[in-house]
Amino acid sequence: MSSTVLSPPRHYLNDGYGVKSWLLTRDHKRIALLYLAGVTFFFFVGGAMAVLIRLELATPPGDLVSDETYNKLFTMHGVMMVFFFLIPAIPAVIGNFLVPIMIGAKDLALPKINLLSWYIYMVGGLFTLYALIAGGVDTGWTFYAPFSTASSTTNVIPTALGIFITGFSSILTGLNFIVTIHRMRAPGMTWFRMPLFLWSIYATSLINVLGTPVIAITILLVAAERLFHFGFFNPALGGDPVLFQHLFWFYSHPAVYIMVLPAMGVISELVAAGCRKPVFGYTFVAFASLAIAVVGFLVWGHHMFVAGESVYAALIFSILSFIVAVPSAVKVFNWTATMYQGAVSWETPMLYAYGFIGLFTIGGLTGLFLAAIGIDVHVTDTYFVIAHFHYIMVGGTIMGYLGGLHFWWPKMTGRLYNEGLAKVSAVIIFVGFNLTFFPQFSLGYLGMPRRYHAYPPEFQVLNVLSSAGASILGIGYLIPMIYLMWSLRYGRLAGSNPWGAVGLEWTTTSPPPTENFETTPVVTWEAYDYGSTVEGHVA
Amino acid sequence: MRTDSAHHIIPTRVYYTIFGLLIFCTFLTVQISFLDLGPLNAVAALGIAVFKATLVVLFFMHAWYSPRLTWVVVLGSVFWLGILLAMTMTDYVTRVWRTYG
Amino acid sequence: MPDAAPHALPDAAHHSLSQPTQAEVALAHQFDSLEQQRDATTLGMWVFLVTEVLFFGGLFTVYSVYRSSYPEAFAAASHELDILLGTINTVVLITSSLTMALAVHAAKVGQRKALIAFLVVTMLLGSAFLGIKSVEYYHKFVEHHVPGPGFQFEQEYFRHAQLFFSLYFMMTGLHALHMVIGVGIMLWMVAWAWRGTITAEYYSPIEISGLYWHFVDIVWIFLFPLLYLLGRHAH
Repeated sequence: MSSTVLSPPRHYLNDGYGVKSWLLTRDHKRIALLYLAGVTFFFFVGGAMAVLIRLELATPPGDLVSDETYNKLFTMHGVMMVFFFLIPAIPAVIGNFLVPIMIGAKDLALPKINLLSWYIYMVGGLFTLYALIAGGVDTGWTFYAPFSTASSTTNVIPTALGIFITGFSSILTGLNFIVTIHRMRAPGMTWFRMPLFLWSIYATSLINVLGTPVIAITILLVAAERLFHFGFFNPALGGDPVLFQHLFWFYSHPAVYIMVLPAMGVISELVAAGCRKPVFGYTFVAFASLAIAVVGFLVWGHHMFVAGESVYAALIFSILSFIVAVPSAVKVFNWTATMYQGAVSWETPMLYAYGFIGLFTIGGLTGLFLAAIGIDVHVTDTYFVIAHFHYIMVGGTIMGYLGGLHFWWPKMTGRLYNEGLAKVSAVIIFVGFNLTFFPQFSLGYLGMPRRYHAYPPEFQVLNVLSSAGASILGIGYLIPMIYLMWSLRYGRLAGSNPWGAVGLEWTTTSPPPTENFETTPVVTWEAYDYGSTVEGHVA
Repeated sequence: MRTDSAHHIIPTRVYYTIFGLLIFCTFLTVQISFLDLGPLNAVAALGIAVFKATLVVLFFMHAWYSPRLTWVVVLGSVFWLGILLAMTMTDYVTRVWRTYG
Repeated sequence: MPDAAPHALPDAAHHSLSQPTQAEVALAHQFDSLEQQRDATTLGMWVFLVTEVLFFGGLFTVYSVYRSSYPEAFAAASHELDILLGTINTVVLITSSLTMALAVHAAKVGQRKALIAFLVVTMLLGSAFLGIKSVEYYHKFVEHHVPGPGFQFEQEYFRHAQLFFSLYFMMTGLHALHMVIGVGIMLWMVAWAWRGTITAEYYSPIEISGLYWHFVDIVWIFLFPLLYLLGRHAH
């Protein structure tokens, strides 16, 4: 980063000023920033719910809030975090920004649909927020029947409607990415020259398109049952509440792969750039992404082992749940092999990558424990499950998101952030996260149920550790907000390739021009072509 | 299947022929439903429906003349619906109890 | 693989939010050729139809579960549907698919008047379908077959027949909503065709509207036997 770095005179951030130029933009990069604002907002709403939850759980009696209020807190925490942060964050922010650039295109295939996606997302989110403010909903983010359809007296329908609306945002974004990757790749950009991030985004988009409609119809069924007393899940009419769970989890299990696959894609990019090496076993990692997407649709019944599904179905789902871990493990092995004898760096994005690899492994292994029916029977609906999925979603996805945000921040904004503060935040997040969630494995194993606002006194020590960790984690999340915003104004100019990384995004300016490249690139080199001797390609 | 998707024009007689087949199949499926064939009634009705749908997809929606990717998309969607149906029904047909309602 | 030749009008080709008026400026800026644009938008509609397959598929799953659990009640309830109206509606919808295919054909050969005529006929047939559906719904209301407090049915199958009718209204209702949207899309296409936006080079809006319309027809092709033809022989 020499002191003679200049900002490009014309780029997407100064190509038009004013509210209209942002709210009516078709530029995928601006839309990515619109999403960044949205997901950050909803993240902090969900985070506020988490703060209240951990505050309540610091003491055994339910003394901070009533049990009904507590139900509303964890419901909103789950709804906000799952549907309005984890599912959209990496695809809609980092994906939207990078997909066209990484394939050498000027924009996505359907830019107006892209903008529509954002509006749908915001409308759905605000709708759901309204439901929260107008009294909340207490069914849990999983809104199981018959409580959600027959008994709950809270704002089930507005919340469900908000999620239904936002589902279309996922569908349209996924559709856009699929069409773009199939039809808009630059000359020479074959499938197997694409960065692995694109393979992950593609696999994620397949899940979005195939799975989201099923939760959409499930939501409509719940609403219809509440409004018209239809009876699909009502035993009094011959309906089966477990059928709701089948339909719900058919989407919601693949949804967790929507959340983690893009993060895995980010990690592939970070590891390659951080170690200045091609990812080991590129083809295996690419196909592993597809395998996760496909096999991820075959395992949903593992959420229902004790719900009343037949033991034979449970057996099949259990075996498949073991199998789905294999492609994830392949990726972890390949990232590790990439790091072996690589020029390993300690810059902030790499810290997040290392954190991801370790924490995702723990989360994934505990998933295998849960896939074994014998163990699951004892720990299902306890804090063991909560710890498992937070290791993946927070230790995995959020680390990947933050790592990616830091890695591509210079590209997106043209500015460098304060590396010292960023490293400190990453460490604070790592420590806070583990302190929050590791004790929860023990809590669950010892028998503390989830979604309880009060607990026996013998669980208090572990709960206090967890709540202490949560406060540290919260601070860790706040600090990046500050230095990233600060860098927009006062950060050093980044230049087109501050990391010395290989990839089409690093060949254009920081920030990029509106049409991404001065001329359409013609690709003649392989992905992660470090140490390349290809004519005209500088690694 | 033809993959010369230069978006060539399909002669209208193709459409009229397919239309005739579809109407015939509709008539057929209604007539069959009045016969008591036991479990074969469902097989016949669904089989005819699948045949009709295939005609619409191939010729009215031009899938026959479309690139291979279109075929993958169509077959993939059917396959995925199959996953949802088959694995859900696996639960229901293997339940020992049937008294949930 | 898109060809690398830059298109002729870099900035003038940028869409405004209203419709393009000439085939030359119908090329959107992110594409390099009309063919790439056509391929991409067609693929986009096919992918969207995938989501619709899974969307209706959830309802078909619910249907499968309960049909297999309560076959006699479902047959008895299905018998109460009007098979004549159902068959007529099926024929109406298949005919509308024919006229839609002919509309696309007319667009490809540049026959603007035929295109508009076929689109209008498709809309009329779609509206006829919705009209007949409304009549059927009215019959169900009068016969007390609408699920809820006023539901009436023979005692033996009372509970499970109500489940059948819940599915009937849910599935045909969702289908009818898609038809209404389809008719709206046809209206929009008629406006574009009238204005001369659609030409023999730029006809993909008609084509992808056709894909949507045919899909809605396919859903009915399955709904008809599943809902109407179950109990015909038994009673």
